[in-house]
Amino acid sequence: MNLDRTNKTNAKVELMKQYFLTASDEDKLWALTLFTGRRPSFKVNRTMVKEWAAEEAGIPMWLFQESYHSVGDLGETISLLLPNNKVDGSDRSLTEWFRYLGMLPGMTDEEKHDHILQAWMQLSQHETFVFNKLLMGSFRIGVSQTLVVRALAEATETDSNVIAHRVMGQWEPAGTTFEQLILDKGENDNASRPYPFFLAYPIEGDVSGLGNPEDWFAEWKWDGIRSQIIYRNNELFIWTRGEELSTEKFPELHFLSEILPNGTVLDGEIVSYMDDKPMPFNVLQTRIGRKNLSKKVLEEAPVAFLAYDILEANGVDIRGLTQQQRRVELELVHQKAPSQLVFNLSPLIDFKEWAVLRELHTLSRQNIAEGFMIKRKESTYQVGRKKGDWWKWKIDPLSVDAVLIYAQKGSGRRAELFTDYTFAVWGEDGKLVPFAKAYSGLTDVEIGQVDYFIKRNVLEKFGPVRTVKPELVFEIGFEGINESSRHKSGIAVRFPRILRWRKDKKAEEADTLEALKGILEMYR
Amino acid sequence: MPAQSLLQFTGKSIYCAVADAHIDPWIPVDRAIITHAHSDHARWGSKHYLAHKDSEPILRLRLGQDISLQTVEYYEKFVINGVTFSLHPAGHIIGSAQVRVEYKGEVWVASGDYKLENDNFAKPFEPVKCNVFITESTFGLPIYKWQPQHEVMTEIDNWWRQNKNEDKASVLMGYSLGKMQRILKNIELQDKVIYAHGAIYTLNERLRQAGFDLPELTLVTKETDRKLFRGSLVLAPPSVDSSTWIKKFAPYSLGYCSGWMALRGAKNRRAVDQGFVLSDHVDWPDLNTAVKESGAEKVYVTHGYTSIYARYLNENGIEAGEVHTMYGNEDENEEEEVVQDISAGTEAYQQHKESLDEEITINSKSTIKSPQQGI
Repeated sequence: MNLDRTNKTNAKVELMKQYFLTASDEDKLWALTLFTGRRPSFKVNRTMVKEWAAEEAGIPMWLFQESYHSVGDLGETISLLLPNNKVDGSDRSLTEWFRYLGMLPGMTDEEKHDHILQAWMQLSQHETFVFNKLLMGSFRIGVSQTLVVRALAEATETDSNVIAHRVMGQWEPAGTTFEQLILDKGENDNASRPYPFFLAYPIEGDVSGLGNPEDWFAEWKWDGIRSQIIYRNNELFIWTRGEELSTEKFPELHFLSEILPNGTVLDGEIVSYMDDKPMPFNVLQTRIGRKNLSKKVLEEAPVAFLAYDILEANGVDIRGLTQQQRRVELELVHQKAPSQLVFNLSPLIDFKEWAVLRELHTLSRQNIAEGFMIKRKESTYQVGRKKGDWWKWKIDPLSVDAVLIYAQKGSGRRAELFTDYTFAVWGEDGKLVPFAKAYSGLTDVEIGQVDYFIKRNVLEKFGPVRTVKPELVFEIGFEGINESSRHKSGIAVRFPRILRWRKDKKAEEADTLEALKGILEMYR
Repeated sequence: MPAQSLLQFTGKSIYCAVADAHIDPWIPVDRAIITHAHSDHARWGSKHYLAHKDSEPILRLRLGQDISLQTVEYYEKFVINGVTFSLHPAGHIIGSAQVRVEYKGEVWVASGDYKLENDNFAKPFEPVKCNVFITESTFGLPIYKWQPQHEVMTEIDNWWRQNKNEDKASVLMGYSLGKMQRILKNIELQDKVIYAHGAIYTLNERLRQAGFDLPELTLVTKETDRKLFRGSLVLAPPSVDSSTWIKKFAPYSLGYCSGWMALRGAKNRRAVDQGFVLSDHVDWPDLNTAVKESGAEKVYVTHGYTSIYARYLNENGIEAGEVHTMYGNEDENEEEEVVQDISAGTEAYQQHKESLDEEITINSKSTIKSPQQGI
């Protein structure tokens, strides 16, 4: 497929649609497996693969690593380094390649080496790239799941909401067929399957632009993990956004299986919750990545579910009801449950005028919220990020002016540019103390200018990292701030990003660590 | 070994102290020997210039008609204070040269920018035996291996043909000096009329006036009937993809010829429809061939992957050092180039400027894409 040759959305959808119309069912299922991030693991060690490739290319390992830094993608690096004369290699189908790769897990390292080399030998450069992607993953080809769903919906002439629902949930290519997964009309759908989340757009301009306040609900925008809680066929499933089945990660919520009626799907936020109130996100963060949830972790970072929507009641999809009607249903379910602190409703905020909301908005941080969610009372529950009915009104991020001191090249489309920056503020001893890394927030033109500066002002090299003459000042925004013993500055900021380039400021005029600590005191 | 190296890296040029001559200085000096006319090697303000005769038309266009310029043929020897200099083909662009410097039996070669493949316009690179070789390393990583030129040219032919079938314009970007002449000499000219942006048109005209065999181009002006662009080839410098000038060609397909197109990341960043991997610099295999054929016992690596390539050579038994220069910014300098062409004040350029202004008044909104948000 030529998918990665074009940056145009419609062209991509059209290409995928053509693929779904012409490929075999088996190939389609494998393609879908890739597009939805379900590539199986073939149990290969990346370090070994790198060594095999370097050996094949006849270059030392350090030169392989330098090449990798420049390209930014392992699969592509290898495809460029291998001696390659094939113009058009293999005519194996996707399914056949997955079968070929499927033989790897049972092999010894030596057999794996031969198996992979044999493939490399018969493929052209572009095919080697695709093969490596199948082999080692991170199969990002610049198409979002939404686009895949759109293409598939068009190709099968099915409603895109239905398709979105069908490709979600737990399935593996080995356990299903394209027919069963996509085309079966019978709702023998996997009980675990969540609905696609409805996402809000950032509000544009003043909130009064939304019109009559009476048409809208407002809730705090909680700083937690967006989740769907599903109870079907006497089984509980907890999905988080990003489509991860995380039931095991939240044992505190398992009691919901005893109080929710069968056929219930709730939408809400999992937040850390102590003493009857939500806690900042960083408390939750301490347990997110853990495999084993010890008693200590559970005690130190307990969670609660704040429900704000209901998508399925008594086994019926009620996303077509209005927000107001769904709120009534939600409250009914909640009332029937015995009073439990860990299962709460996200309260509706009482306001008759926008002015009241504007006033309350300034109190967001004290309420451990990121601002408001504003939802149209008459809106249905839609799929993905749609404009018009759900708005998020976030508080302005905290910010400081900081100096760029380290830079590293980006990866993927930014492989040749310095795009990953580390920023510092002035410490008490008059030295710059690094406190945040940020990647985003500049325009392409600005990135080019910063890159130009960096390439001419490198002081030192440490592997891929360059120490840069401390001269450029940027306003760095962040969402939260906490103490941290892991950072030199003693501070960790959440979601740091570049708000703007302060060309008007000299490095000496950047903020101090003391100022950062002041912000920490304020929001502790 | 003499107390002082024959050529030195002074931070402003590659300098020969005995002859008091600078090779490709990046600040004004008394005597400048210029390897080629790209703006990162041929800079404004020196008192006297010396270059190959084929560089003259471009040097005068870019640095001023009245510069003091002495030209020589390839292999022609000239002696300054006992140091013997000669220029040898570098194959990079028209008039590009390696500078051979000989003094008391020791030979150094400063190769400027070069490629080994014959582009059918610049005189092809010839290896020059030397003791010390100074080489660029723009594409000095083993990931860079060019396809043969004819394959890339066929890709361009096919792309143009397909766009023609779809009734679209083919807007092809590349450096005005070097890349565009190479393209014109090697693709199949499917139409009599080939359109060009002012920067390319001006250069092409200047080279034609100087007697070089290049096809005539048609300048894109405010008056050009936009319907004529359908199915045509439009040649443009790389800076136009973020300008409004390009909008007049819609519907069009955007192509870009550059060695950097070898990487998907670079290709996606430029947001082009078609990247053609075509470079006037050596790729990794040819770089190694050139170093070997120079027979040099010592190599200095300038602009590009300097530290990497120097390390590679050292590990492979060739003594090498890295040198920091101000070369290798052709990309950034394209903008500059356009400005300098305007200062040349040709009538054609005026027309070109008008065609730019027209677009800008219609739509002042920038088309530059902002980067993806989020981490």
